[in-house]
Amino acid sequence: MTAQWQIVWFTAWASALSTLAILPFGVGLAWVLARYEWPGKSLVETIVTLPLVMPPVATGLILLTVLGRRGPIGRVFYQWWNVDIAFTWRAVLIALGVMSFPLLVRSARVAFEQVNPRFEQIARTLGAREWRVFFSISAPLAARGIIGGVILAFARALGEFGATIMVAGNIPGRTATLSLSTYEAVQLGDNSAAFGLLGISVALAFGAVWASEWFLRKSRDKRA
Amino acid sequence: MNLQLKNIVLSLADFALEIDVVLTGQATAIFGHSGAGKTSLLELIAGLRRPKSAVIALDDQLFNDTSRGVSLRPRDRQIGYVPQDLVLFPHFTARKNILYGAKPNTSSGLAFDFEHVVKILELESLLGRSIAELSGGEKRRVALARALVSKPKLLLLDEPLSNLDEPLKARILPYLARIREEFRVPMLYVTHDEREGVGWCEEAFEMSRGKIVQRAPKTAS
Repeated sequence: MTAQWQIVWFTAWASALSTLAILPFGVGLAWVLARYEWPGKSLVETIVTLPLVMPPVATGLILLTVLGRRGPIGRVFYQWWNVDIAFTWRAVLIALGVMSFPLLVRSARVAFEQVNPRFEQIARTLGAREWRVFFSISAPLAARGIIGGVILAFARALGEFGATIMVAGNIPGRTATLSLSTYEAVQLGDNSAAFGLLGISVALAFGAVWASEWFLRKSRDKRA
Repeated sequence: MNLQLKNIVLSLADFALEIDVVLTGQATAIFGHSGAGKTSLLELIAGLRRPKSAVIALDDQLFNDTSRGVSLRPRDRQIGYVPQDLVLFPHFTARKNILYGAKPNTSSGLAFDFEHVVKILELESLLGRSIAELSGGEKRRVALARALVSKPKLLLLDEPLSNLDEPLKARILPYLARIREEFRVPMLYVTHDEREGVGWCEEAFEMSRGKIVQRAPKTAS
């Protein structure tokens, strides 16, 4: 496999896996935010939104501080299991997940808020437990918004740059993603490599958006 | 049936629901203008609203006792609530809607079998349809079936004939009478139209601005 294809494969794989990893947490949190009120809720909302508004490099620095060998979490992993997080593929996954989390939560939350709570209430009067209400009523009725959020999160992960380079570096064959490699190629004056990667980025983005549109149209037709 | 609605206080937008009554009819009608608090009362019984104070019990099962902090969850009340807007699940077919609250068969509950309910309400040919494909009257029958299949101990019907034209009303009414005869489940029937329920309800009340003001005389039709 050429180096270029390794980069494409790694980026697509890392983006997909990080999106998959944040899916249950993001959707669960979105549902809780849409349906419940509690003291301190706005603090949670603010923290979740932070990666969206902070410079990605700043988020990356926070992650590096926490996940580095001397950081509170990184140290535990290193001392107990001899596992490094920073500057490995694990750091790439975490950076992508953290950066795309707010997009997933926001889309899914709006989707849940648009589901009439009366559907859930009536399901409860029919004897349904909370998990069944969620999986049979709330989630299917919010599915389009959740899928939209998943696509947004995946797309955000595909193009992530700032946080990834801080916490994972740009190590060829290990943590180099499409964005990082494109930047590096331009820096080195390797235009053919840069434009090659650019073409792949465009194709990937095009494919993702096209597939999602197709999927949404199909689910709409099925529902109608 | 013995439905106790004692010491009920529930604040609404313009007034408070204040009720102290025991309903004993197998079918009880509550009349009142729209905005009198009828739907709020039904939601209170179904457990969908939290009262300031209330003792609500159906036969020997306590639903609410605010003085003792008792509030049974909606799913444990075994109430078949058919709201005015029906709230059929739009992503399911009629069949999946009806089966949503289905309980495992027990000998005592045979009457509430899916097949039996579907037969009584003449829904056989509609089962495969999506909710969007049903007419107003068909939707009502599906909502009634969904409530019945959950084997309720009490059926709460919120304006089951409202917004239906006269011929359609005339077609739905016999189904309600059939439900009453066939399933013998106690019913609380709420309507703004006094003519609707009097004929076949054993007990009738009138509600105005959150209070049950008058026990309407039982009228035979």
